[in-house]
Formats: sequence, structure tokens, C-alpha cells
Amino acid sequence: MKAESTPSRRRFLKDLGYISIGFSLFSSCLRTEDQIIAERIPYNGDLPGSLKREININAWIKILENGRVQVLSGKVELGQGIRTAIRQVAAEELDMNIENVDVLLAETGVTPNEGYTGASASIQNSAMSVRYAAATARIELLELASKKLGVTIEELQLYNGRVTQKGTNKVLTYSDILEGVQFEKEVAIPIQLKKKTDYRYVGKAIPRTDIEKMVKGEVTYIHDLRFPEMVHARVIRPAGYDSKLLQIDTSGLKEAVSGVLKTVVNGSFVAVITEREYQAVKAERFLKNNTKWSSATPLPESENQFEHIKKIANPPENIRNDGDFDNVTKSVKTIKSRYNKPYIMHGSMGPACGIAMYDGEILHIWSHSQGIYPLRDAIASMLNMEVEKIHIKSAPGAGCYGHSTADDAATDAALLAFEYPKKHIRVQWSRNDDQKWDPYGPAIITEFEASLDEKGKINSWKSDVWTDSHSTRPNKDTGTILAARYLEKPFHMKSRGYLAGGHRNADPYYNIPNMQLNAHYYEGPLRVSSLRSLGSFANIFAVESFMDELAEKAGKDPLNFRLEHTDDQRAIAVITKIQTLTESQTTIENEGIGYGFMRYKNTDAYAAVAAKVAINSDNGVVSVIKLWAAIDVGEVINLDGIINQIEGGMIQATSWTLKEQVTFNASEITSTDWNTYPILRYSEIPEVEVAIIDRPNEPVYGAGEVPMPPTSAAIANAVFKASGKRVYDLPIKTLTQNQN
Amino acid sequence: MPKYTLNINTSQKTVETEPDTPLLYVLRDYLELSGPKFGCGLSQCGACTVLIDGSSRTSCMLPVSNIGQAEITTLEGLENPSGKLHAVQEAIIKEQAAQCGYCLNGMVMAAVSLLNKNPNPDEREIKNALEMNLCRCGAHTRIIRAIKIAANTKD
Ligand code: FES
Ligand code: FES
Repeated sequence: MKAESTPSRRRFLKDLGYISIGFSLFSSCLRTEDQIIAERIPYNGDLPGSLKREININAWIKILENGRVQVLSGKVELGQGIRTAIRQVAAEELDMNIENVDVLLAETGVTPNEGYTGASASIQNSAMSVRYAAATARIELLELASKKLGVTIEELQLYNGRVTQKGTNKVLTYSDILEGVQFEKEVAIPIQLKKKTDYRYVGKAIPRTDIEKMVKGEVTYIHDLRFPEMVHARVIRPAGYDSKLLQIDTSGLKEAVSGVLKTVVNGSFVAVITEREYQAVKAERFLKNNTKWSSATPLPESENQFEHIKKIANPPENIRNDGDFDNVTKSVKTIKSRYNKPYIMHGSMGPACGIAMYDGEILHIWSHSQGIYPLRDAIASMLNMEVEKIHIKSAPGAGCYGHSTADDAATDAALLAFEYPKKHIRVQWSRNDDQKWDPYGPAIITEFEASLDEKGKINSWKSDVWTDSHSTRPNKDTGTILAARYLEKPFHMKSRGYLAGGHRNADPYYNIPNMQLNAHYYEGPLRVSSLRSLGSFANIFAVESFMDELAEKAGKDPLNFRLEHTDDQRAIAVITKIQTLTESQTTIENEGIGYGFMRYKNTDAYAAVAAKVAINSDNGVVSVIKLWAAIDVGEVINLDGIINQIEGGMIQATSWTLKEQVTFNASEITSTDWNTYPILRYSEIPEVEVAIIDRPNEPVYGAGEVPMPPTSAAIANAVFKASGKRVYDLPIKTLTQNQN
Repeated sequence: MPKYTLNINTSQKTVETEPDTPLLYVLRDYLELSGPKFGCGLSQCGACTVLIDGSSRTSCMLPVSNIGQAEITTLEGLENPSGKLHAVQEAIIKEQAAQCGYCLNGMVMAAVSLLNKNPNPDEREIKNALEMNLCRCGAHTRIIRAIKIAANTKD
């Protein structure tokens, strides 16, 4: 073969030598003559926001010297399998064997700035940006090759890293074509996209490659990173949110704990650096006992939290007003209900960890933050540094499901890196701090008032939601990062973050002529931020419980009642599917089956969930026997990835629904470990079954948050079927304890 | 500082550390093993599980001075010398039984310990054996399936 004699080809082969994957690449190269290349169809639609911000192909796709394709994404891996999904779309558009595609995730200065990884938007934004960039790269390679070889594009074939002139043995590798430089072209419509029916990776259950590394105990997580002469640190956090350090006595510390390198006190930020990790644990304990803090503003007792919320809330803001609810309901009897959801926590299995090293010029940070660029802004402002002098590299943490404490651990490490320069400082949070200082998913009250017409259809519906903020993620507002609030010159959070997440899905996705939605924002006693599905979890629990109440009043079957209120075929499809999945089920005494439906954000994925529960007649304990889901996320990228997220999400939502509630008393948060904040254990795990409705020609929607909200409603409705008791308060715990 | 010679993954390892250092910190911080994880340090979550003489045990509250010559196996030690993984590890990969995977160490070690004692567990026995192991991502049902497969494919 001609190309093998060129220098880049030789380098290419040398690089292949040591990996078996390379050999299969080579043998498939020999077959490229026979490839039938899939048809391309011009795409003229919208480009995702991430792509608009970084419009050059080379921000997303690079060709490595060894011929491999490197894809860059600003999103981070949270266990949702984004890396695999991105590999799939890139390999697909470039007709590349998937083994020859690498994905590099979130690193400042290297990958695109894609803000935060959240809101189930990684597929919509990042994977779609990669799809369009890869498709544009393909055409660019063909065009450049056609100029080089002096033939038309039609005479060329691009397959698995090479462009061949059909019917000849003329072959160019991508490096030959690009001559060592990267793509210099912007992505613009029309984009020639591969015909979906010809996909070989997208839509399939492509296995993730990281699970093997995890199960062998290879270095995977930020917690596993080790650097030469790395030292360890712990922060001694204040007694309460607004406590101030009054006194610290470090005498005796070095005698009590060996390996202490430095104690750091900056305002009310107190930390200790040691040689070994467990020494930091012991030093933290010692200092805890030798510091005095001012007492914090008293918290309301958790039992009174909902009354407290109503008391402190702002006047309502009208969010939506279709028809005329106020007028229509003047003369008719309405039905009212109120539902409460307490604060719940992220509860990651691995407490936060951050590593930082200041080399005298650049501050390097390793973090499992979901938004390394916005975190960089916050840290730069805290330290009064130029952002270019801060380099943040993302490393996976344990699953976090929203904005947890990762950014705060990185902040701790960044502060300490200046106190102890030239060494890598590793800050490992304790379980207690991770739970006490978590930015929780806020408590929410959802109230409804509705009326039925003479045919038993809903004529009017009003939702009132009491909610705190649903994102206080790091950004230029420096007070978003925890430690910044406790420095000698403290930063206080100026903004309230993202409030609108609180009424997400509180206006039902049903055809109702008169519909009103009001939001009552409050600034509550606990630190809060984004937690998987934001307000939708509480709101859909409430909406879908209330739908069952209304169906009962109308004397209708719950699923048929829902079907009567929608003409959206995709909504009908998931509801009908869940009906089919459960129709052969029978229940005995104290068992029941219930349902929940949602279109996420009223604009995205469709989900219907069914739950079968049993109630122990002796102690009232509710157990979930089985959950079913019928899901439509539009175009499916990785089938098993979606199923996995839905299964896991339903189980997590079961835990939230049955068990979880952050507790506190006047002086402190008391949910500080797994005994005081119990989550679902194996003996309580339901069976799960997931059906995915693939719609290859519809836009893709994220799946991560989708199972959460309807699961809670399905369980609550099943409890009603089993016991005749309506659930108004989460968690359900036992039926005797808190239900009417 | 005292020295301890431990029997870890069939080799002798000596560390110099304080007597109260828990085994988990010896494994991760001194011996640079990444299998066992720090999850709570309170013996509540199972992330740090190792095998001690073939039985699973949390390592986060177990002082190094109490271990003596007990045989300690970590996740890394399950792979046999020819590089073959334990049937439980194989099955977890095959079933894609993880999301973030942080809990996997504990799940695998508890499952191996169970299969050592009971080669053919039923679902209830599997759940019992893993009751102390928490998973926040909800990978439980896949992990149970993987353990059943592993039980049936042991060679
Ligand atoms: S870390 Fe040992 S049980 Fe949680
Ligand atoms: S897979 Fe994430 S904790 Fe189990």
C-alpha cells in the first residue's frame, strides 16, 4: 500500500504496534475498499448552544498523530455514561471504528466551556455539538483530500481514519490530509448527517469501558489521584452556617497528632495540613475540640419547617395564567389539596474531594465539580487572580446528582495551595461535613385547587408552589463557594440563583382550559441548590397524586382519566405502554398499583411509571415490590445507558419517597451520617423494568432526571390503592405515622 | 512510629504508622491501592470492604495494630496471577452493573465473601449479604443479577 511508505504512515503503524486494538484497525483498513458508505442527509435545523459558543470543528474534534480521533467535551462523567454516548455519535458520523475514538472531558483551556453538567442537557448540548462537528469534519476531510488528489468528492470514500480513491489504491490518512494541523473550519448548516437507519453505534447498547477499570480497582476517581509528595488536609468547619471563630488553641496539637505540617486560620476558615491522610482526620478532631465558635442563628425545628416557609415567603408571582381560573371558579365547587416535600440531600457515596497545587505561577486544581469553568471564575474572584492563571481538570467523583459539595472541596484545596505552595494538597471531606454542608434540594409545598365539569373533566386548575432556589452553583458571585464566606474578608452570596426550577412541572401537562400557576419564593434556613430534577420531583408527586384524587372524584380509572386530558400522541404512547406492562398484574390484600406520568419540564422527555406496593398490616411499613417505566427520550443514543439511568433513578426516587428527609433542630442539622439519614438498602430494593420507546427522528432529550418525579407519584398512588390512605407528606415512612 | 508487616494480596507489606491508623488508610494512603474506597469512615456504607481470611469486613474503623498476620484481600487481589478476573467482576462488566461505580468495591467484596460460603445463593441470601453496602445510584438490581450469573458460571 502506497501510504505505508510515507513518514506519517510509518509513525501511524509504529503507534499501532503495542495495542491489540491497533491490529484490528489495520485489518479493517485493508477491507475499506468494500465499505458501503451510508447516505447523508442535509440538516438545516438549530445548532445547540454549546456549539454556537465554540463553533470551530477543532474545539470538538482533533486528529491525533497516531490516527485516532479525539473528541473534546466540556461535560463531566457522573456515571451517566456521557463519555460513551459522545464516542458513539463521533464514531458514527466519521464512519470510524469506535475503539479508535477517544473522549477528553472537561479541562479548562483544553475543552470547550460548556458551563455546568446538569439538567439532563449533556446529550442535547454536548453530544449533539459533537455530532455536527464530526459530520462537518468528515466533509472537510473529503474536500481537502479531493484537492490533494485532484479528484471529485464523489470519487472518494472516507472510512475508519482513511480516505481512499475508489477503485484505486490511493489512500490518505487524516494526518496526511491535514498535514499536521487541526481543522480550521466552522460548523455551519446545512450539515451532511448520516442517515439514521444506517447507524451502527447510535441507538445501540454500547458497553461503557470504564466499568472494567472500576471493578479492577484501577485509578478512576479524584479520590484515587496521587502525586509525588502529596500532602493531606481537612477543614474544621464552623459550628453553624453563620458562626464565627471566637478562639482556637493549637497548643498540644503537634504532641497529640504526628505529621502536622501547618494549621491555617483565615477569618473563620480553619484547616490543618498533614503528611498522611489519617493524621488530618485526627488533627481535625483535635481542633474541633479546641475551637470556640459564636452560636449560629437558630434554625426552625424541622417539624415546623412548612409553617415557617409559608411565613417567610415573598408575595406570590404569577407564572402562568391560561383562561380565567379566578372567574371560572367563583361559582363552582372546587377541590383542594396540599402536598409537602422536605429538604433532601445529594448523599453521594464518596464525600467531596479536591486537590490543588500552586506552582508559583499557575494554580492547578483537580475537581469533580460539574462546572469547571464557572468554578474557575468563582475561585479567581475569591483569590483575586486572573482566570488564565487557574487550571482546573475534572476527575470523576462518586455519583452526585446535582450541585453537591465538590466545588467546595476544590475551593478548600485552592485556598490551602497558597498556604502551602509547590505541593499537591488533597482535601478529603468527612461524611459528616458532606451531609451537614450539602446544598440540599429545598423543601417545597405544592397546593392545588381545581374543578371538574359535568362530564368529569378538569375545567380549572390552580397551582401554588412555595420554593427556595434550585441553583446556587458557583459563578462570578464568589459567595457561591462555601469557604469564601468564612474568610477574613468574607464574600456573601449576592444572587438568589435559579428560582424558576422550583415550579418546574407544577403546571400539569394536560389540556385544561383554565390554568394558573403562582410561585411563592422563600429564602429558607438551609443551604440549597440543584438536586436531580429540581422542583419537578415535589411537583409531579403532587400533580399526579392530585390527578388520582380528581379521577376518584370523577369516578374514572386513573390512566383513562389522564388519557382524556391529552391529545399528545407521545404522551398517549407512554401511558398506554405502562398500561400494557402492568395489565396482567394482580394484587392481594394490602397491595396496590399506582401510576404517575410526566413530560419533563413540559417540553422534554415523556415518562410513565407504575409502582406495585405492599403495606405491612402490623407496622404500616410501605414496601415497593416492583416499578415499571415507559420512557420516550426522543432519539436514543445509548440504549443501555438510558435503561441503566432509568432503573437507578427509580430506585433512588423510591429512597427519596419512602425514607429521606433532612432533619434539624434549633442549633444544628442532625442528618449527619447514614444512620441519621437512612437511604434504601438491599432488602428494600424493588424489582425494576424499563421500556424505551425509540423515536430516531425526534430530538434527543436527557434521561437522567426523568425517572425521579413520576416514581414518587406512582408509589403514593399505589399506597392509596393498597390502603385507601392518601399521601400528602413525603417521606411516606409508615402509614400510621404521618398520613391522614 | 511502630512498623507493621501485613499479609496483603498474598504478599508481605511493611508500613510505619500510628497503631490507630485504620486499615483503609494503610491500604489507600500507604500502599496506594485504589480498590477499597472511603465512603463514611463509620462502618455504615461498605465502600471500604476487604476480605479478611476470606470474609468481608469494613476496613475504615479497623486499627492496623489489630490485624496481625490475617490474610487481607482487596479488590486488586481478586484477579488471579494469570490476569483472569473473579467471576463476580466479570459478571459486573458483562451486566454493566454500575453507574458511578464508587460502591462497586464493597459490592464485589461482599459478593465474593458470600460465594465463598454459599456458592448458590438465592435472591434473599444475596440481598442479606449485601445489606450493609449502600449504593446511591441505584445499581442494586443489576448487581444482584451479576452475582447470580457469577454463581452459575464459577469454574
Ligand atoms: S467507609 Fe467503611 S463502611 Fe463506609
Ligand atoms: S453505582 Fe454509584 S454508588 Fe453504586
